[in-house]
Parts: sequence; C-alpha cells; structure tokens
Amino acid sequence: MLYRESGQFKTSYRADQAIFPIRQDRIAIMALLAVVFILVPIVADEYWLGSILTPLLVLSLAAIGLNILTGYAGQLSLGTAGFMAVGAFAAYNLNLRVPELPLIVDFLLAGVFAALVGMVFGLPSLRIKGFYLAVATLAAQFFIEWVFTHVGWFTNYSSSGVISAPPMVIMGVTVDSAVEKYLLTLVMVAVLALAAKNMVRSRIGRSWMAVRDKDVSAEVIGIPLLATKLSAFGISSFYCGVAGALWTYCYLGTVEPAAFDLSRSFQVLFMIIIGGVGSILGSFLGAGFIVLLPILLNNIAAMIGHGTLQADTMANLEHIIFGGLIIFFLIVEPHGLARLWQIAKEKLRLWPFPY
Amino acid sequence: MKKSVFASLALGVGLIAGASVPAPAVAQAMEQFMPIPIYRTGPYAAGGTGYFGGFMDYMALINERDGGVNGVKLTWEECETAYDNARGVECYERLKGKGPTGAAMFHPLSTGITYSTFEKGAADKIPVVSLGYGRGDAMVGSVFPYLFPLVTTYWSQNTSKIKFIGMKEGGMDKLKGKKIVNVYHDSAYGKETIDILNKQAATYGFEIKHFPVAHPGLDQKAIWLQIKQIAPDWVILRGWGVMNPTAIKEAARIGFSREKMLGVWWSGSEEDMRPAGTAAKGFIAAGFNPPGKDFQVIKDIEKAVHAKKKGNIESDRVGTVYYNRGVVTGILSLEAIRIAQEKFGKKPLTGEQIQWGLEHLNLTPARIKALGAEGLVQPIKTSCTDHEGGGAVKFSQWDGNQWKIVSDWIEADKGLVRPLAEESAMKYAKEKGITPRDCSKEM
Repeated sequence: MLYRESGQFKTSYRADQAIFPIRQDRIAIMALLAVVFILVPIVADEYWLGSILTPLLVLSLAAIGLNILTGYAGQLSLGTAGFMAVGAFAAYNLNLRVPELPLIVDFLLAGVFAALVGMVFGLPSLRIKGFYLAVATLAAQFFIEWVFTHVGWFTNYSSSGVISAPPMVIMGVTVDSAVEKYLLTLVMVAVLALAAKNMVRSRIGRSWMAVRDKDVSAEVIGIPLLATKLSAFGISSFYCGVAGALWTYCYLGTVEPAAFDLSRSFQVLFMIIIGGVGSILGSFLGAGFIVLLPILLNNIAAMIGHGTLQADTMANLEHIIFGGLIIFFLIVEPHGLARLWQIAKEKLRLWPFPY
Repeated sequence: MKKSVFASLALGVGLIAGASVPAPAVAQAMEQFMPIPIYRTGPYAAGGTGYFGGFMDYMALINERDGGVNGVKLTWEECETAYDNARGVECYERLKGKGPTGAAMFHPLSTGITYSTFEKGAADKIPVVSLGYGRGDAMVGSVFPYLFPLVTTYWSQNTSKIKFIGMKEGGMDKLKGKKIVNVYHDSAYGKETIDILNKQAATYGFEIKHFPVAHPGLDQKAIWLQIKQIAPDWVILRGWGVMNPTAIKEAARIGFSREKMLGVWWSGSEEDMRPAGTAAKGFIAAGFNPPGKDFQVIKDIEKAVHAKKKGNIESDRVGTVYYNRGVVTGILSLEAIRIAQEKFGKKPLTGEQIQWGLEHLNLTPARIKALGAEGLVQPIKTSCTDHEGGGAVKFSQWDGNQWKIVSDWIEADKGLVRPLAEESAMKYAKEKGITPRDCSKEM
C-alpha cells in the first residue's frame, strides 16, 4: 500500500526528471526534513545533538565525498581524511588571516582548497587504476598529515601543533550552542547532499559512471577522461574539505592533524562499503551504522548494569562485535544498507502480496 | 536470510532508541559523580587501565573507609575512548550531566582529548584536570579558568630534565657543546616541548635535534640509525605506550647507553620496561609520583578495597607507576572537592564550585602526612594565577626488575617556563577574543 504508484502519471519532462519521481518518496523526504530541522532540535538533548548527530552528519558528508569518487567515478581512494584535514586547516587559516570573509564563505573556500589539492593527487589516476591508485592516494594521506604536523605556519605556530576554531559568527549571530552547531551542520549537509544527488544524475555524474564501468568505452563515446576523473577528484575533495572544516568548527572545536589520520580514512571507507557504494542515501546509512554502533555497544554495558559485564571485557567485545557485524553485512548484503532499503521499497510496491 | 537482516536492523534501531532513554533518576542526593574516560583497548591501554584503576581504587577507599568525602559518596562511570579524540568528546558529553550535580571534573588522560574538551569544559563550567599533561600554558589560570595542569607540566618537567642532565654532567655550564636528541611521539603531546627545548638549547649552549615518531611508534629503525650517526650525549624520550619499549630496544641495538636515556613520566612505567627486557636496564625516567606500596594510603587501599575484592584493577598492579599516579590524581581531586566543601557546604557540588576548590588547593606537608601519602605527592599550592601548583619531579632508574629513585624532588626552572607560558596564553587569548581574568581581585 505504501508504495503503490498507480495513478501517478508523468506528463511533462519536468516531472520525469524530478529528483524523487515517486510521490511517496517526496512526502517521505519532506517529512524527514521537517523532523530533522524542526522536531529534532526541540526534542533531542545536548548530548544527542552535539556528540552524536553532528558528527554523524559531518561524517555523512565525508562519505558522500568518497562515494562520489569511489562509488560513482570508480577511483579508489584512501586519502579522505587527508582532504578533510586540508579543509579544516584552510578554514582555520582563512578565518585567522582574512577575518573579513563570512564564515560560510570560509567553509566553501576550504572546500575549494581541498578540491585543488585533491585534483593534484588525482593526476596519477590517468595512468594508474585500482589498488595502485589507492596507494597513490595513501601517499596523499600521509603527505598532507606530515605537512600540517611539520609546517608551523598552518597551525599559526602553535607549540603543540593543535588548531583551535575561533568563535563562529554568522551574520552577527554567534554559533556556540549544540543546537546552533547542529543546525549549521544540517543546513550545509542538506544542501550539499541535494547537490550531490542532482549531480550524479546529470551529465557529469553519467560520465563518472561511464568511466567507472569501462574507461576505454567511455573514451570511445567521447567522454574526456582527464576532465572526468579530475572533476571527480575535485568535487569529492570539496565535500571532504567542507566536512573537515565542519568537523573542526562544529564538533571537536580544537583539532590536531592526528584527528585526520589514516584510521579516519578507513572509517569513511567502511561507511560507504556498509552503506552502499554508489549511493547518496548509503552514505548516510553507513555513517549512521559506523558512528552509532560503537556508542550503542558502549552504552549497553552501562544499561545492563555494572558488574554484570566487566568494562574491560566490554571494551574488547566492542571490537569483536563490530568486526563481526561488518563481515556479516558484507556476506549477506555486499551492496550495503542502501541496497537493503531498495529491496524493501520494491517489496512494499507489491505489498501485501510480494513474490 | 533477508528477513534476519531486517530483524537485526530493527533490533539495532530499537536498541539505539533504548540507549537514549535516560536511566531512571534514583534518590542520589549525597553523591558526587566522577566521569572516567578510560581506554582499555589500543596501544595505550596499559596507561589507561593503570591510571584510572588507581583513581577508582582511591575513590573506593574513601567510600569504604570514610563513607565518602565528608559524607558525600563518590560515584563514577566508565566510558571507553580508545584514546580517540572524537570518542573522548562523546564521552565527555555523555557523562557531563550525570549524578545529582553533574560531573565534578573531567580527567581526559590524553593531550588530544584535553585540547578537544577544555573549551567545552569552560562553557559548561566543568573543570578539566590534565594532571601532568595537556597544554603547558594552561598554568596561566587567568586565561584558562577551567583547565588545570596540576602538579607539573611538560614544560616544567623539561627544565627539570635539563637540570638533571646538568647535574650528571657536573654543572649547567658543562652542557655547552653537548648534543641532546629529543625522540618524540608525533602528536600534540609529543610536540609540546619542542619550543622549550630550543629555548633551553639557546640558553645553555647545547645542541638539540628533534626526531618525530609516528603513532603508535613501532617503526623507529630509521630514526635510531640517524641517532647513531649523530652520537648524542643524551637522548630524551617523549614516548607513550608501545613506543617506549620499541625505542629502548632500538637504542640497545645501536649500542646507545640506556643510562643516557631520559624518559618523560609516560615513558617510566613497569609496562614500558618489561617488554623491553634486559635492554631496559639503566633507563632513567622522570616522574611526579614514585612507584611502590610503602605508602600508608596504598596499604589502606589493599586492606579496605582489594582485600574485600572491590578493586578496580588486578591486585598485582597495585603500587605500579601508573597505578600510583591514579592514586595521586584521586588525592588531588578529592582534596579539591573537600576544600570546595568548606566554602560551599558538605553536599554534592557543581563543577563551578569545584573549580574554586581546584584553584585553592593547598597540600601542605602536614596534610600529605595526614592523607598517608608522604613521599607520594609533592606539596602543592594553586591559585588563580598558578594552576600548576607544584612543579617538581623525581628521577628513577630501572634496575632490571623495578624502579629505583635516583634523585630528590628537582624543581622546575619557573623563571624560564612562566614567561613562555604567559606569552603563549596571551596569544591564545588574542586568537579567541578572551579577556583574561583579573586575578588580583580574586585573592
């Protein structure tokens, strides 16, 4: 019943090209946006807003970035956290050295800097593919981390190499409470996610997918490889850069380059694997899984009471359960959570008589 | 098969929703809550479990023996951070509101988590206590009202180290022309002392070379080959966790004398030395607390806590360096609460009230004796201007089986550290648009 589409006819190109062509999806998205923009800030407490939902949104944005590059354009990357670091340090330095710029412009310019760096490290993608490219982006990860650790200018010569986000002021309003930071993050992520969703259905997204599926064939039908691959690297890094800036400003407040180490890159990579490679929705689902699960497992020990389960056992169990669940998901549904949602939707179209 | 996936998904969502429901508020009027952001996993687990184990055991002792601090029972809850900044922030946010008056104070036990939480602490009015770590300039209390690098900072300790080297060489003037190598953990923690070492090198005329070691520090071959070429007179080791035994073994491999290696207090535990085996013999480390069980307070813990099977750590780790450091942390934290209770009443206090206590700590030798911690803690007096308080360290040497104290308390060179801290704190205040407090009005 939920997904019965009978009676929904498309009578114009406009309707046919809508992002969400099915009415139920449009309603669901509107409801979801209403919930996250209005209900959540009212209902959720500071802990949920500040230390669960905000990092969840930021990491979703990074996952979208990586998904554009790996999921849509087929270029493997292990440098996600490096590009996030570029965004974080660019936003900090812009804020510090060009205080006239509005904060949102700082964030977007931080994304642009990350895009430029990403494109430079994307150049080898013209010659190498797959695992070899992953190693090249790994170099980006290490190199960027090294630069921010060792070039004092980037951290304003802080003695410990830590940057600390200055107070955020947007059009005269100081953003400092958990709700305000959550809303700022949400606006950025919602706009950028919508843009990404649109991008992957447009000409540029189609050329990414053509290159992903077979680059030689793509070239034969007239898709310029250089421009396509570099645009994927650039736009992907832009998303990661903005995510890095938001991570610094809206979540941690102060970061050292080690906050963007290789394990963060892997974390984002797991997000798109679990969530679904080549899916914008999957980026959110994967981020939700990776961020919430350890916190949930951590909370269980407290929930069932002290003494029942020793804290040290729990700490190690957490790793075991987490690894086990990832393996389970990859075996049961290698296309990720997004694919599960798609199956659910298809079954709902035929409900109550699925076959 | 698919069905089971959905079932597990539904279960997961349900559990997440369940986790968000706050625990029922029971009557806990006379309780003071202490958050424990522990790390029981990862390369630094030995430090995390030992330190917080000692801390929790001391709180358990006060609960068992004295019925709490002036009748206010202590409660605590663990949160696993895995030494990760982002999870540390999550733990801080999760635990800050627990208990009848919220968290008493927050002990991050990680420079990274300190940096990520101290501004939140200032906003929430919860003191962040970075006992022996954290940013050195936080001793300037007028700029950092809610950050307390109690006992001693890395900066202070470094001047003590150079003093110790000077003593060994036969006078500070003998440092001229000496070569010292600084092998540091390549993180905020490790980098803290580079500036101060450079400054001291200029003052005393020795040559300093810095070598970063990437986290977690298992790969140091290349660095030690370079150190062999330099042939330094002394090596300063700013390690943490598995980096320490690795460095000691590498030093033994290139034939560098371990008796000329000087570790920071996070390089001077039993857990650092034992994995290095015989190579560790002779290694010297700084420490603001000696190990051992010859202190009345440790004996009391064994009797009142571990003998009743209420310990928070394996009994054989009682009296180790990390454990005793946790006990020192407990002593200072509860003293701050006790002092704040004198002003605000014998009841659970808020973070803001305990901040006052931390700022008015006065641990006299007589008080230390009364606490049964003679020789375990140094006298400490904090104020609005000075959030550090003590500033002295003792040096111990590993004899192959245990630590042997080889020096008396060596005071830091405050004349050198204080101006640098003030300069750095003012830079921070300017960056953040903070007007420093006028401490002369708060005396």
